[in-house]
Amino acid sequence: MIEFLMPSLGADMEDGTLVAWRKKPGDTVKRGDIIAEVDTQKGLIEIEVFEEGTVGELLIKEGTKIPVGTPMALINTDGNQAATEKKPGPAVQKPEEKQSQIQPTEEPLPNKPAEQDVAKKRIKASPLAKKIAEDNNIALSGITGTGENGAITKHDVEIAIAKKGTGIPQEKQLNGPVYDKATPSESIRLAVAAAMSKSNREIPHYYLEKKIDMSTGLNWLKNTNKSRPVQDRLLPVSLLIKAVASALDEVPQLNGAWKDGLHLKNEINIGFVVSLRTGGVVVPTIPQADLKTVDEIMNILNDLIPRARALKLRSSELGNSTITLTNLGEGGADTVFGVIYPPQVAIVGFGNTSEQPFAENGMLGLRPVINVTLAGDHRATDGLTGSRFLASLNKYLQNPNAL
Amino acid sequence: MTQQEIKEDLFILLKQIAPDMEPSTLEPDENIREKLNIDSFDTLQFIVSVNEKFGIDIPEEDYGKITTIQSLSIYIDTKLKV
Repeated sequence: MIEFLMPSLGADMEDGTLVAWRKKPGDTVKRGDIIAEVDTQKGLIEIEVFEEGTVGELLIKEGTKIPVGTPMALINTDGNQAATEKKPGPAVQKPEEKQSQIQPTEEPLPNKPAEQDVAKKRIKASPLAKKIAEDNNIALSGITGTGENGAITKHDVEIAIAKKGTGIPQEKQLNGPVYDKATPSESIRLAVAAAMSKSNREIPHYYLEKKIDMSTGLNWLKNTNKSRPVQDRLLPVSLLIKAVASALDEVPQLNGAWKDGLHLKNEINIGFVVSLRTGGVVVPTIPQADLKTVDEIMNILNDLIPRARALKLRSSELGNSTITLTNLGEGGADTVFGVIYPPQVAIVGFGNTSEQPFAENGMLGLRPVINVTLAGDHRATDGLTGSRFLASLNKYLQNPNAL
Repeated sequence: MTQQEIKEDLFILLKQIAPDMEPSTLEPDENIREKLNIDSFDTLQFIVSVNEKFGIDIPEEDYGKITTIQSLSIYIDTKLKV
């Protein structure tokens, strides 16, 4: 018997609200099955199981707020039915025992940011809460939030709906039209704010930049795409992701987490920054990118980006990243200096690719050039390590056939 | 299929790609990507949807010719008549 814990969904999230169980006691589960749906600041996340077995007891009621690391359910794993049964204890018991660990849980943010005064003017609510409120014609301004930093949760909205139904007067929203325009991206804004504030407070960043000639890489893409139907075409970013993963294989010191020291990770899981058109970013994970082909990475992006934009990601797709990659794409700024996503120790930034005079072997020519930056955590590594990484990245981008 | 019908179909496809934007406000000669704030990923999805809707192949080297609603609908119209 093992305890299934609320997984970490990124360093910027401490908890979520259980919306629905998708399995019931007695159901068999296998690796990758969705066991529950949890409402978070980053949307409705499907929580996956990483064990095989039979669902025992469900420890959490739907509608309950659950901090990361909280036991959610008991699962009988095959072979040792009830052999090592652990008393789950009353509802929320922080598990110290590592035996019940199922998914990596990161250190929750220790501090409530002092931004509460500033944030007071805005209504904080989870996307699901906002949707339910909107569907039921309930003004968020009349609801007192009980979530993190006073955020309004689904539960709060449901209470408000219940009160409305019983005729208890709601606080009428007379002169606060701004509140009603609160979008799901506002709660994402707060999640980003928390992570980036922590990063800026705690991580001493160093920055490096390298100009990389993309003519070989872009020609390779052009030739590859020429023979393909439009559905199978590759975007330059798929090549960049693969090159970053390969370079990390050579310079693994940048692939890890800082937690009282540098902890290197074996898997290279690249967090890919997806910007939302309405503001804010979500960072889903491309798992084990070093072991995947450029085609496989493109397929993952085709699946991941639309779901990230729709805020429909799974638990395994958030919070497992070991490094972050941000790509501004065409037409934007030439250079981006990233802010590291804690507890990671590096972020790689790609700017716009533009035609630039480029000197090589005593000759000057025009080349498509991309400015690649690395922001590193100076507690974990030094500029020399970062520099080696960028040199390795360049090497791979000059030799795309080897990727 | 008239060019007007093509344009209407294009608006529907764009709305699917960028649901939070309002493609019908696009002027015929406005740059689609800039106006609707869509990136290279969305652009590729859009070209895939155009390919599937109209059954025409759009090679990569033609991407530069189809940056506005006007140029894209003429491009599709021409391809359909071939």
